Amino acid sequence: MTLIEELGAWLADPAHWTGPDGLLTRLLEHIALSGACLAMAVAIALPIGLWIGHTGRGAAAVIRAANIGQALPTLGVIGIILPLTANIEPYGFDLIPSIVALVALAIPPIVTNTYAGLRQVDPEAIEAGRGMGMRELQLLGLVEVPLALPSVLAGLRISAVQVVATATLAAVLGAGGLGRLIIDGIAQQDDAQLFIGALLVAILAIATELSFAGLQRLAISPGVRGRRAVRESAADA
Amino acid sequence: MTTAAPDDRSTVAARGQPTDTPASTTGAVVELDHVTKRYGPPGTPPAVNELSLTIPAGEICVLVGPSGCGKTTTMKMINRLVEPTSGRLTIDGRDVMQLSPVDLRRQIGYVIQQVGLFPHMTVGDNTGVVPRLLRWPEARIRERVEELLDLVGLEAAAYRDRYPSELSGGERQRVGVARALAADPPVMLMDEPFGAVDPIRRDRLQNEFLRLQSRVRKTIVFVTHDVDEAIKMADRIAILQRGGILAQYDTPDAILSHPANEFVERFVGADRGLKRLSLARVRDLELIRPVLVRAGTDRTDARRELQASAIGFALLVDDGGRPLGWIRDTDVDEQGPIDPEQATPGASLIEPETTLRDALSTMLASSVQLGAVVDQNERVVGLISVDQISEVLQSGNLPGSTDATG
Amino acid sequence: MPPGEPLLRPDWVVNNLDVIGERLAEHLGMTATAVGVGFVISFVLALLIRRRRALHATVVGAAGILYAIPSLALFAFLIPFSGISFVTAEIALVSYTLLILVRNILLGLDSVPSDVLEAADGMGYTSRQRLWRVELPIALPIIVAGLRIATVTTIGLVTVTSLIGQGGLGYLIVVAGINAFFPTAIYVGALLSVALAVAADALLLAVQRRLTPWSAARGETS
Repeated sequence: MTLIEELGAWLADPAHWTGPDGLLTRLLEHIALSGACLAMAVAIALPIGLWIGHTGRGAAAVIRAANIGQALPTLGVIGIILPLTANIEPYGFDLIPSIVALVALAIPPIVTNTYAGLRQVDPEAIEAGRGMGMRELQLLGLVEVPLALPSVLAGLRISAVQVVATATLAAVLGAGGLGRLIIDGIAQQDDAQLFIGALLVAILAIATELSFAGLQRLAISPGVRGRRAVRESAADA
Repeated sequence: MTTAAPDDRSTVAARGQPTDTPASTTGAVVELDHVTKRYGPPGTPPAVNELSLTIPAGEICVLVGPSGCGKTTTMKMINRLVEPTSGRLTIDGRDVMQLSPVDLRRQIGYVIQQVGLFPHMTVGDNTGVVPRLLRWPEARIRERVEELLDLVGLEAAAYRDRYPSELSGGERQRVGVARALAADPPVMLMDEPFGAVDPIRRDRLQNEFLRLQSRVRKTIVFVTHDVDEAIKMADRIAILQRGGILAQYDTPDAILSHPANEFVERFVGADRGLKRLSLARVRDLELIRPVLVRAGTDRTDARRELQASAIGFALLVDDGGRPLGWIRDTDVDEQGPIDPEQATPGASLIEPETTLRDALSTMLASSVQLGAVVDQNERVVGLISVDQISEVLQSGNLPGSTDATG
Repeated sequence: MPPGEPLLRPDWVVNNLDVIGERLAEHLGMTATAVGVGFVISFVLALLIRRRRALHATVVGAAGILYAIPSLALFAFLIPFSGISFVTAEIALVSYTLLILVRNILLGLDSVPSDVLEAADGMGYTSRQRLWRVELPIALPIIVAGLRIATVTTIGLVTVTSLIGQGGLGYLIVVAGINAFFPTAIYVGALLSVALAVAADALLLAVQRRLTPWSAARGETS
């Protein structure tokens, strides 16, 4: 059988679509795992990024830690966590190590980009805000965050794509998600299953990339967008 | 202002001769013959239009004009960074289009405003770039680099191994000039070379460069938008107007005393008379002999000398002969040694190469209307006064006018 | 994990130093191959883009899509064609380096100030001389920065190739460790791969500092 014929045959089986191990289930598992990890990462990373960006305190140490964090191989992190949680019921073996690794993977880009975005805010705008009598939190919410939003969202986008891509590895420990199709495909030498799994993950990752890019475009104040456009064209000249 | 508009060509003098011994000319004649540059297709307005200029060997020709007049384009056609649309450019009779651009450029020095030193090379390596491209032996390059750095006033031993990022703006510009001179090119192109340095350093660099030119005698094409710089630096000025049309090409003095048309007149400004003062230098004046006193000099001696000289001020100098301040003649009436506390500090220091115009404004800005002329070691060699310069303005005759450029 | 199994058995480490060394060498070899091949391809692509700017969007776009595909998925795509093999692993690893390397080589070359380029042209450098003697040396810090990111990323990804029968230190993590319920192998593999990433990064930075003494000179004065 050629690959195309194998694919056709695999897809023709309805159990491969809607069964308890079907690809719809796997897709939903993948999205749920990625979404949950990203949400946890945002909850941890965003306050840290905002704090060091607004106050400048501890920034050097945090950024250095984030850079080292980015160098950690995800499989290595999963491996390191696994023996510590393996005996925790019910998810200690198959899920918790992956969740920890994915959250750890997602935190650094959000922290560094949030920090960089806040640091780029024109000090005059902050001064003006302060001059108008804004409190620190108002300053952060009304001036700094809107101006830093492009950078914050860029960090979120990097994290989201990485989490969606890397969630595939959760299957190594026996958890669900689209990685299941690939790992099982390799183990069973089932090229069709392998290929479908890979295709879906790739599409999901690229779709994540594109939707965050769209979100970035929508969420940025027209004033900031306009300024960027002017700057870019000036750089071209 | 001055009513004297001398027609006499012998007084329509260019700059005085430099004090250093002039070297024989090593420059080459640069000739532009109906040169046109059009960036768009035929029919679009040209950037440079049918320009003809002959630049004699060993002279500084300054191209000056408002932005968009094509001065930089004109200069860049000489080393073919811009290719002419039509017309002929020759260097010593050789058509530049007949050489490959690379070979041509290695024979022409090139200095630009931002200097463009290579950040990854030391000062020595930067200076030796063109000789290295020309495959000179390493020993000769090393020797040449040393000679050049000394020539531009940077001690080779101290500067050779530094990187450009460790230099001040003025030092970078000097390295830029040394680099352009490295292969001893007959022609140098300079695009606003002193445009990025502050006014005080610019003046110093200009003076230094003129001193250097009096030794090397290259043919220099110098672009600037600053009329005052043009007047100061040029043997000849080519004033271009928008669209690359030549408005006037003549010596600075001729342009100031006889602007060819209304455009030139407006471009050089209403203070033409005052600007002509830029054409003469302090060394062309007869210096007044100073009365020098040191801390501790006996006041009686100072008084006697001051009465003889009739300038009313003695100049307080340190042990090295460097000026510290002025001592008024009324302050030496009493007995005893001179007290440095009495001096009015801040004597105007003037170099022999300073133009009369700059000297005048320096002196007018200080409380004592005298200037101390100092040598390279800041040692006093004489004095000048505001009166001397206003005499020049009234007579219309520039001092030291032996017309060097013919 | 078997209850009572310690996290680290020093005796296993001591008795298996040869196996560990082999896997470390394999890891290094796979990383060097991927980054080396990736760099050559990226360099050629970057020079092509410089000659024809129109290629920029296409090349960077394609490299961006490759980069967004999860590593395990990319291995999976290739298996039907090149099997569960070293070649499959390397094709994927090389693909991941392209985006970072092309982008940084271009950024580096674009970072050369225009006045420096004008001076080089004005002094009579040929375009090849200008590239090798002026532009590349000045671009070096940014190019090496790209190499550092690519190397660290690749070291992490090599562990994933253990899932298709390769893997270097990933073999210790997955096959000898997770699959065999043996924490010691997991820790040895994971810690060594992290250490390798940190060491490679530091080494490349040191090499770059050595090669670009002028950027240190800048740091001193400013």
